Amino acid sequence: MSLNYLDFEKPIADLEAKIEELRLVNQGGEFDVGMEEDITKLREKSAELTRKIFADLGAWQVSQLARHPMRPYTLDYIPHLFDEFDELAGDRAFADDKAIVGGLAEFDGQPVMVIGHQKGRDTHEKIRRNFGMPKPEGYRKALRLMHMAERFNLPIITFIDTPGAYPGVGAEERGQSEAIAKNLKEMAELSVPIICTVIGEGGSGGALAIGVGDRVNMLQYSTYSVISPEGCASILWKSAEKAPLAAEAMGVSAGQIKELGLINNIIEEPLGGAHRNHDAMAANLKATLKQQLSQLMSLSKEDLLEQRYERLMSFGYC
Amino acid sequence: MSWIQKILPRTQSATKSNVPEGIWTKCGSCGAVLYKTELEKQLEVCPKCDHHMRITARARINTFLDQADRKEIGEELEPQDILKFKDSKRYKDRISAAQKATKEKDALVVMQGKLKGMPVVCAVFEFSFMGGSMASVVGARFVKAVESCLENNTPLICFSTSGGARMQEALFSLMQMAKTSAALARLSKKGLPYISVLTDPTMGGVSASLAMLGDINIAEPKALIGFAGPRVIEQTVRETLPEGFQRSEFLLDKGAIDMIVDRRELRDKIHGVLKKLHHTSH
Repeated sequence: MSLNYLDFEKPIADLEAKIEELRLVNQGGEFDVGMEEDITKLREKSAELTRKIFADLGAWQVSQLARHPMRPYTLDYIPHLFDEFDELAGDRAFADDKAIVGGLAEFDGQPVMVIGHQKGRDTHEKIRRNFGMPKPEGYRKALRLMHMAERFNLPIITFIDTPGAYPGVGAEERGQSEAIAKNLKEMAELSVPIICTVIGEGGSGGALAIGVGDRVNMLQYSTYSVISPEGCASILWKSAEKAPLAAEAMGVSAGQIKELGLINNIIEEPLGGAHRNHDAMAANLKATLKQQLSQLMSLSKEDLLEQRYERLMSFGYC
Repeated sequence: MSWIQKILPRTQSATKSNVPEGIWTKCGSCGAVLYKTELEKQLEVCPKCDHHMRITARARINTFLDQADRKEIGEELEPQDILKFKDSKRYKDRISAAQKATKEKDALVVMQGKLKGMPVVCAVFEFSFMGGSMASVVGARFVKAVESCLENNTPLICFSTSGGARMQEALFSLMQMAKTSAALARLSKKGLPYISVLTDPTMGGVSASLAMLGDINIAEPKALIGFAGPRVIEQTVRETLPEGFQRSEFLLDKGAIDMIVDRRELRDKIHGVLKKLHHTSH
């Protein structure tokens, strides 16, 4: 099995290994007496164990799931959710940032603009995607596409999955702060519906820069935070090792954030997490997006903008 | 007791009684010993080397706005520890300590007033309050500043000095970036000018929201301004950063800000640009 079990999943991994062993032995067909039955029983036990472990996950365990190497990324969801994706590249000023992808697509026949962070799966792809950490040109590409969406009256659907905006010399030289700030300001005023979903890591300003919208969702095991748990721990606890404590203190999980009223919806993940079943995850996500899009498209532009503004103003004190 | 003390006992005691402690201060840059009253007159800028020291929010407002017609906005807002956040200290205790030390309720002071007779609203960060960090009260006060501008048709001036978003209010702090930027979008739409003054330091979430959104971005000399902190960048790229990296002069060169202005000239300069931008009602 190549599911990359996390530490807290060890009992499940052990059980699954046992099942796999039995299954292999059984393939020979020599010891078929009751073995099928055993395997079925163990499978049930494994599912039960998974349910039990996943029913009570801490913020740090959720953080690990949000960063799971097999977790579906934006480009994994696109074929499940949309038809005819035409990827569009470049910020027209400096470069094409591969840590953010975007383009035109159809969602149940409705043309939309899709924008999302993109991480890489293997080493080469990870480097090409800069581990999902955009530079200013990535945010400027996103803004260019959002302006295009407004011009052609296309709803915008974004997917958030980044450790954060890239902290590098070039990124600073080209105005990382300004690029993020400008997106926040412009997204508040775009006259088309915007639906944002955190699919993995919602890392700080680098996440928010494509995260201002009319509806903001989080997948059940995604995280959203002002600083990474490691970053917070190294500043406040003087040790990155205390990341689990920082994750809990900041309340980075979808459940904790929903309770504070900072997001609209939690989208349920399949048993064991999104990486266990991309199809089922995409189906849940699609159902939510579909419902939200139809709600938002029935609003007048004035109401849409007013409600978005009210939503933003409701964060914290009014 | 050394021989000189034996010789000069009376002089020493006289010095002690006549010169109260803290009347002199040392410039952090050139080391010049400076008379505090003189330094205050110079708006905390070293008269020897022009080094801009930190200035409190109140001192900034006092020297920037006209004396008459001042009215504070949003002073009723007080921080709350919604998350019951605790690291080595409780957030609640950190708030109390910061309030006691600064006599401020939170890290932003907003004042309605006049700049050489022109009605303006001024928002000023207080760095001594938890590093000028932005959380719910800062965001709410900033929005109130914008709302006051919208209502009275006045320009907004913000002086930033901040380490970024405040971790102890977690995602609430992050959301203040979106909240303040959305308010500024309304200000722009109404055609009201926003002058952002970036002072040492302006980093992280404050830099990546309200501070970089000025119609005109002005920096004080040699201020540290950026998204990621220099240490974080150094650890990521694993090389020494270039001289002057993320300083005002670097940002001016890279096109991120419009100008660098000495603190002692800010009042004249900002009035000068506002007179041109905000000419319809003046």
